[in-house]
Amino acid sequence: MNRFFSLVRRDVSLAFRQGSASTMVVMFFVLTVTLFPLGVGPEANILQRISSGVLWVAAMLASMLSLDRLFQADFEDGSLDLLTLGSLPLEVTVLAKCLAHWLTTGLPLIIIAPVLGVLLHLEPSGFVTLMITMLLGTPTLSLIGAIGAALTVGVRRGGVLLSLLVIPLYIPVLIFGVGAIDAAIGGLTERPHLLVLGAMLLGSVALCPWAAAAALKLNLE
Amino acid sequence: MSFSGHNLTCIRGERVVFRDLGFSVEPGNALLLRGPNGSGKSTLLRLAAGFLKPEQGHLTYTHSDGSEDRDVETFREHIHYVGHLDPVKPAFTVFENLEFWSGFEGNPDPKSGAEEALDRMALTHIADVPGRYLSAGQRRRLNIARIAAAKKPVWLLDEPSVSLDDASVALLAKLIADHRAEGGMVIAATHIDLGFESSETLVLAPAQMPEYAL
Repeated sequence: MNRFFSLVRRDVSLAFRQGSASTMVVMFFVLTVTLFPLGVGPEANILQRISSGVLWVAAMLASMLSLDRLFQADFEDGSLDLLTLGSLPLEVTVLAKCLAHWLTTGLPLIIIAPVLGVLLHLEPSGFVTLMITMLLGTPTLSLIGAIGAALTVGVRRGGVLLSLLVIPLYIPVLIFGVGAIDAAIGGLTERPHLLVLGAMLLGSVALCPWAAAAALKLNLE
Repeated sequence: MSFSGHNLTCIRGERVVFRDLGFSVEPGNALLLRGPNGSGKSTLLRLAAGFLKPEQGHLTYTHSDGSEDRDVETFREHIHYVGHLDPVKPAFTVFENLEFWSGFEGNPDPKSGAEEALDRMALTHIADVPGRYLSAGQRRRLNIARIAAAKKPVWLLDEPSVSLDDASVALLAKLIADHRAEGGMVIAATHIDLGFESSETLVLAPAQMPEYAL
């Protein structure tokens, strides 16, 4: 357990030192979202209609932006070899790296999302649900992304390939994330959507580390 | 306590790297791997560390209580591996790099373990320098300090002296000698003299006509 947290602490403090990953993700999120009022026009009712979808799609792309470095930095300098050599099972190592990735990219997105919601005239009744869906959804994105990152770890400029692998798997999260916000705005109950999002999170906590660890083992051979 | 391999056959990309290879190291002993480039020294070390799976044969680790362990996944944690790459994070200082590995590799007191290891590899004066400013030789010394910062019985060293100066090679030789004196085991592939007196040598055949597996 100590090693798990020392790995999380290392990754988080590395991300803070380098600073670029979190800032880049947040800036990307902000900039893509601001493009929409400029592109579709400032009409409040149109923006209101598309706000939940825009926020989720932009958040998804932003969190994908830093995925290619998830294992690659450690792969390139030989750290990944040694991380697998320790007594920590590789699956747990993957989980630790996902947690660190979420803390440095997912969490900043959740904090900035309501501000951008204001920009897009998101209905006031949707804000709380937006936060909850992001809280449930972004860790799932990090976990699913870890599979793609593990598969492409040995590939030069694997970022594009990574997106192609990961985007299809992100679709369910997007559908239920947006569905919950729209239900809340429309006065319906958002509970079923949130339950599905929660189920997807639990499912990916259970399955993704195994899949990613298997992919990493293949790449380390 | 001992570490051995039996009838190891390794196939990489349909080419047989070596066939029916065996080795054995006892506590306090060192095994020196010799052979020309491409003869499979690195492959053997990566196989011994469990990064590669042998096509045939198995590794056996005998614990200090005499029990034999044939599953590399369970005894890997007793192995230190120094490969071609130096796991040094550019954003961390020398000390922070070492402190992380010291703790992660099982030293209950990572701080003092790291300080001691820095001292042993003569890195104390650059303890606060970020990894990105290190020279190749300093990075290599930091990597070697890493294996001194947490105790493990088996050391697998793949050309550990690359880019080290004479003084650092002497420090490395001293480190290896002390490890052996404490009952540690060393398997090393190296072309220079690291003071491996009374050690056994395993000569790997040069890669001749590729022998295809299929």
